[in-house]
Amino acid sequence: MLAVDNIQVFYGAIQALHGISFEVKEGEIVTLIGANGAGKSTTLRTISGLLRPKSGTVKFDGMDITRVPAHKIVKMGLAHVPEGRKIFPDLTVRENLIMGAYTRTDRTETAVTLEHVFQRFPRLKEREKQFAGTLSGGEQQMLAMGRGLMCKPKLLILDEPSMGLSPILVEDIFKIIKEINQLGTTILLVEQNAFMALQIAHRAYVLETGKVMLAGSAAELREDPKVRSAYLGDVVDIA
Amino acid sequence: MKQKYTQTILIIVAAAIFYVFIKTLIFLNVLSPYWQLVLDQSLIVTIGALGLSLIYGFTGQFSLGHAAFYGIGAYTAGAISKTLGHGSLLWFIIAIVAGTLAAALIALLIGLPILRLRSDYLGIATLGFGIIVKVGMDNANKVLPVLGGATGMSGLTTVANFEIIFIFFLIAILLLKNLIYSKYGRAFISIREDEIAADAMGIDTTRYKTMAFALGCGLAGLAGSLYAHRYPFLHPSSFEFLKSFDFLLIVVLGGLGSISGTIVTAVGWAFLLEGLRFVLGEQFIDFRGVIYALILVITILMRPQGLFSGKELLFMKPPRLKTPTNREEGSHAGLRN
Ligand SMILES: Nc1ncnc2c1ncn2[C@@H]1O[C@H](COP(=O)(O)OP(=O)(O)OP(=O)(O)O)[C@@H](O)[C@H]1O
Ligand SMILES: [Mg+2]
Repeated sequence: MLAVDNIQVFYGAIQALHGISFEVKEGEIVTLIGANGAGKSTTLRTISGLLRPKSGTVKFDGMDITRVPAHKIVKMGLAHVPEGRKIFPDLTVRENLIMGAYTRTDRTETAVTLEHVFQRFPRLKEREKQFAGTLSGGEQQMLAMGRGLMCKPKLLILDEPSMGLSPILVEDIFKIIKEINQLGTTILLVEQNAFMALQIAHRAYVLETGKVMLAGSAAELREDPKVRSAYLGDVVDIA
Repeated sequence: MKQKYTQTILIIVAAAIFYVFIKTLIFLNVLSPYWQLVLDQSLIVTIGALGLSLIYGFTGQFSLGHAAFYGIGAYTAGAISKTLGHGSLLWFIIAIVAGTLAAALIALLIGLPILRLRSDYLGIATLGFGIIVKVGMDNANKVLPVLGGATGMSGLTTVANFEIIFIFFLIAILLLKNLIYSKYGRAFISIREDEIAADAMGIDTTRYKTMAFALGCGLAGLAGSLYAHRYPFLHPSSFEFLKSFDFLLIVVLGGLGSISGTIVTAVGWAFLLEGLRFVLGEQFIDFRGVIYALILVITILMRPQGLFSGKELLFMKPPRLKTPTNREEGSHAGLRN
C-alpha cells in the first residue's frame, strides 16, 4: 500500500534523512521507532506531502506521490495525524471533526462517519460543543485521531499518539488503534513508547539518525537485544 | 440553508431601517452635509476594513499594505472617470469594476509567490509594496499627468452618493458573511488556526490564502474606487502606511474573526477621527496620534480579544453547520451500522 524508497530529506543544509526505505502492506500496523531526532516525524511529513525529499520516491496505492501536494494526498485516502496534535483550538470539537472531512463531498456518508467517530470516542460526543483548545491533553489526542478518521482514510499515519498521556490513557489509545486497524484501516505508527507499539504492530522499523538500522516483525524486534536495551529500557547488559 | 436566507432578509430589513433613519436625520437637518460626508467615509472605510478582516481576521495573513490597495482602487477608478467618464453612470460602474479588479489582480501577483511560503513574509512584502505605491503616487504625474503626483489628483466628479455607497456597503457585508460561512470560510479559518493542520486536512492552503488576499484587496480596491467618486480630490497621503495601520487597528480592535466587530469599529473609528477634530481643534489635531495610541492600549488591556472577540451580532451569527448535525439522521445511521 505504501512504499518508501531511499528518501533523502534536508532542512536547509542539514540532512535529516539519509536514504530511508520501508513499506507498509494493506491491513498492517507498521511502527517506526527510534530516539528523539532520529527522523521519524520527518519521514511522516515527507510521506504526506508536507516536505519534499531531495531524492527517492514515495508510492501510495501504486501511484507515485513524491511530488503530489499534501491536499491531494489526503484525497487519495492517506490521513496524517501530526505530532503535537495540531487541533484547531478556537473551533469546537464538532467543527474540528467536520474539518477532517473537508475533502469529502458526500454529506450523508460523512454523517455516518461522524457518528462512528463519536461511538469510538464517547468522550468527544460529550464535549461536542466545547472549544477544542480547552480539552485535556488526552481528549485533544482523541480529537486529533477522530479528525484523522473523518476522511475515511485507507492509510492512517499517527505521530506519537501516546505523547503526554497517562498510562491508562495510553493503553486506551493503543487499544483503539488496534480496533481501527481490525476494521480495515492500515496504520503507520510512530512511537516513543516502543514497548506498546511493538505489542500492537505487525512489523517495525528502527530508525537511527536518519537511517533504518533494523527491520523485522514486531515479535522479532521485541526479543532483539539491541532493541531491548535501547528502546525497551531493558537492563540485560548489566544483569 | 433556511436560516441563511432568513438572516439575509433580516440584514436587508435592518439596512432599510437604517436607511430611513439616516434619511430622516438628513430631512430634519440633524445630519449636516459635513457629517453626511463623514458617514459616507465611514461606510467606505468599512468596505476596505472588511477586506482586511478577511485577510487577517479570518485567514490570519498579516498585511501591512492595505491602504496601498485602497489607493490603487482610488487612482485607477479616479483616472478612468476623470479622463473618460465625466460623471456618466456607465463609466462610473466601469471605473469601479476596474479599480476593484486592479487591486485584486495586483494582490494576486504579490500573493502567489509569497503565500506559497508558510512564514510571515506577507507582512514584510506588503509593507514594502505600500512604500513603493506611495512613492509611485507621488511621482505618477511624470508618467501620466492625469494622476497628479505629489500635489494630488483633482477635478474628480462626485458621482457616488450615500445611496450608492450604502448599497456597496451592504453587498460587501453579505458577500463576506456568505463566504465566511461556506466551505471556503472553513478553509480560511482553519489556516488561521493552524496551517499545518489545515494542510493535513486536505486543504490547499496556498490557494485559499491567495484567494483571501486577492478578495480582501479587491474589497480595498472597491472602497478606494468609491472614495474617488465621493471626494473631488485624491492625495497620496490618504493611502500611505499610517492609513494601512488604521485598517489594521480597526480589524484588531473589532476582534479578529468578527464581521460585526469590523463594521462597528470601522464606522466608530471614522466618526471618532472627525469628532476629535472638533474636540481638539485644528491646532491640536496632531494629538490625535496620542489618543489613537491610548485607545489602542486601553482596549487591549480591557478586551484583549477586541471588542467582539470573534463573536457576531445576531444578524451575523453563523448558520448551523451545514454538514450533518441532525441527530435523527445520525442515530439512524448509527443503528444501521
Ligand atoms: N523544521 C526543521 N528545521 C530544521 N531541522 C529540523 C526541523 N525539523 C526537524 N529537524 C531536525 O531533523 C532531525 C529529525 O527530526 P524529527 O522531528 O524527524 O525527529 P523525530 O524522530 O520525530 O524525533 P522525536 O521523537 O523527538 O519527535 C532532527 O535532528 C531535528 O532537529
Ligand atoms: Mg517526532
